Amino acid sequence: MAATKTRTSSFSRNLPAASSAQSPEIKCGPNGTFLVSSGIPDLDKTLGGGIPLGSLVMVMEDSEAPHHMLLLRNFMSQGLVHKQPLLYASPSKDPRGFLGTLPSPSSPKDDKSRSHDAEQEKGLRIAWQYKKYFGENQSNLDGQRGMILFRFIVLYNKQEFSNEFDLRRPLDRHFYTGQHVDCISTKDLPNIAALQERCTSFLSQFSRYICTFFAIDFVCFTNLLIVTFRNDATVACTGRIAIQSLCAPQCESSNMEWEMLSFIRSLKSTVRSANAVAIITFPSSLVSATFCKRWQHLADCLVSVKAIPDEDKELAKLLTGYQDIVGFLNIHRVPRINTQVPAVLEATTLSIKLQKRRYLVLECLNQAPVDGSSGSSYGTSGNCSGASSKSGSLDF
Amino acid sequence: MDSRARNLLDEALGLDQLTQLKPPLGGKAVLIEDCVETSGSFVLHQLIKRLLTAVPNSSNVVLFLAFANPFSHYDRILRKLGCNLGAQREKGRFIFVDMLNVECPVGEEGKAGGRSGLFALFANITKVLNALPESNRKCLTIVIDDVSLMEVAAHGSSDHVLDFLHYCHTLTSDYGCSLVTLNHEDIYSSMDGLVFLKQMEYAADVLVKVEPLATGLAADVHGQFDGLQMTVLNRGSLNNRMSNFQFRIKENSVEYFYPGARA
Repeated sequence: MAATKTRTSSFSRNLPAASSAQSPEIKCGPNGTFLVSSGIPDLDKTLGGGIPLGSLVMVMEDSEAPHHMLLLRNFMSQGLVHKQPLLYASPSKDPRGFLGTLPSPSSPKDDKSRSHDAEQEKGLRIAWQYKKYFGENQSNLDGQRGMILFRFIVLYNKQEFSNEFDLRRPLDRHFYTGQHVDCISTKDLPNIAALQERCTSFLSQFSRYICTFFAIDFVCFTNLLIVTFRNDATVACTGRIAIQSLCAPQCESSNMEWEMLSFIRSLKSTVRSANAVAIITFPSSLVSATFCKRWQHLADCLVSVKAIPDEDKELAKLLTGYQDIVGFLNIHRVPRINTQVPAVLEATTLSIKLQKRRYLVLECLNQAPVDGSSGSSYGTSGNCSGASSKSGSLDF
Repeated sequence: MDSRARNLLDEALGLDQLTQLKPPLGGKAVLIEDCVETSGSFVLHQLIKRLLTAVPNSSNVVLFLAFANPFSHYDRILRKLGCNLGAQREKGRFIFVDMLNVECPVGEEGKAGGRSGLFALFANITKVLNALPESNRKCLTIVIDDVSLMEVAAHGSSDHVLDFLHYCHTLTSDYGCSLVTLNHEDIYSSMDGLVFLKQMEYAADVLVKVEPLATGLAADVHGQFDGLQMTVLNRGSLNNRMSNFQFRIKENSVEYFYPGARA
């Protein structure tokens, strides 16, 4: 198996330099890993920069609210915007129809109260000026054609590692109508083997050693070709798998618990040796406790989403900005590939907010100010323990 | 601090006096239990490092059955701990068996030509054991990084997995080699699952339970050992040694200390 080879070849070393320098969609992570964005900048930041390639992300759904769909949509959109091949499986009869609901990257014209807005707009202004640059150098093309085209391609392909997505604007059709997007309905699959086969064949195109070969093959060409081909090879060599509601009751194979586990184990090991990331959401309340724990142990990254009760007066007094919060995201496990050091997060519970009802934002929970004289939160009668028992696993 | 740190876990496991003549774990079966919140795999890494590098030119051999992570993952981690798994593998002292994508279906007994995956795996283990010189067989340590995934590989045949583990235990008594297994305690909370875990605990000589702090996560203390038990048969009497201490995991080492005693 490729992963068991000793590190004597220089092939494995060249890809990191190529990837980090030329492909903004992938960045170098710690311990020799490469990171891709989850599509949610706040989540990327919490996870240490992004999701490592080779990870299996599992999201425990809350049966009371579809907040896992927010995570899934942003994850899929991010991959499509970066032209990364996508395999999407869902229990609906027409999974391809779901692609029309994916959010589009927000445009710079939108008014956002983010601190890095100014920098982003500056970057886009440069991109818009590329035509002017083209016109100025028309007379001096011979000696500088390579550089002009280099600049053109870099600006044209200027992508960010992570985008802000506008949930009210659907993604342009051209992002998902290509052959690089594959959809499967898990509803009528008699067993999980069919899904397993599709995943395996999808992941076979992202073997790490194929990508390295492409990067090395063109290293002796000009700078222009290096940029072009390394970009294409690297981006095309990174894939995403999104499986929605695995083990949903409407699927025929949902009660085959050991087969499900076997599939997840197989997917995990195949993803690990590929330049890909897989995300699986599943209704944890519908899986037996024992198997739920087994699923959790299989995850490299484990998160759960929870709905927030409406009109909860106790919670409203405990948290600031309660009215903007739609739910909670709990991070149970952060990917620890190639390292034994556990990740200690500042907070493992984040609030899910929809800023201006368009942008998905994750924030640390902020406790309401405590009245100094009485020692209790404003407006409460010292019901902190009551509130905390309702909020369960909240971690400030 | 280093020598003290080495003593806490190594002393509990009996690794504080490694010599060329004495087998590393003394033919013991070690069971490491962890949970989702706190992984116990760092104990495996420490053990492998001690077995392969503590005594120069020793004849210790580690046979690693990997169900959870590929070789590259362990290689990288052990390098930071000061142990080159690639070089040890070339020398024949670290044998890595990649079981990540291997299924171990359990075939029907008596079927012509049918050998279940676990049977074949055990045959491979005895093959490795027999390939060693007779005097060095007690220096073999079999490590299984995730027994729960072995159950998945066996498609839920927990009985067969238990049988496999019992066969491995017989190797410890017949040949004096050692066995180290890791399993996830929180999986076996139901009554049916509890039997499996209790059988493993019963058969183990050393039980290492890793769990998070009751107060949650902390940057300085990553978790604690909940009652590291060691049953020692000493001249006909059983001694149970209990150790409770905490740990902090770093890239190139692990610090162990008693609660409140961290320097």
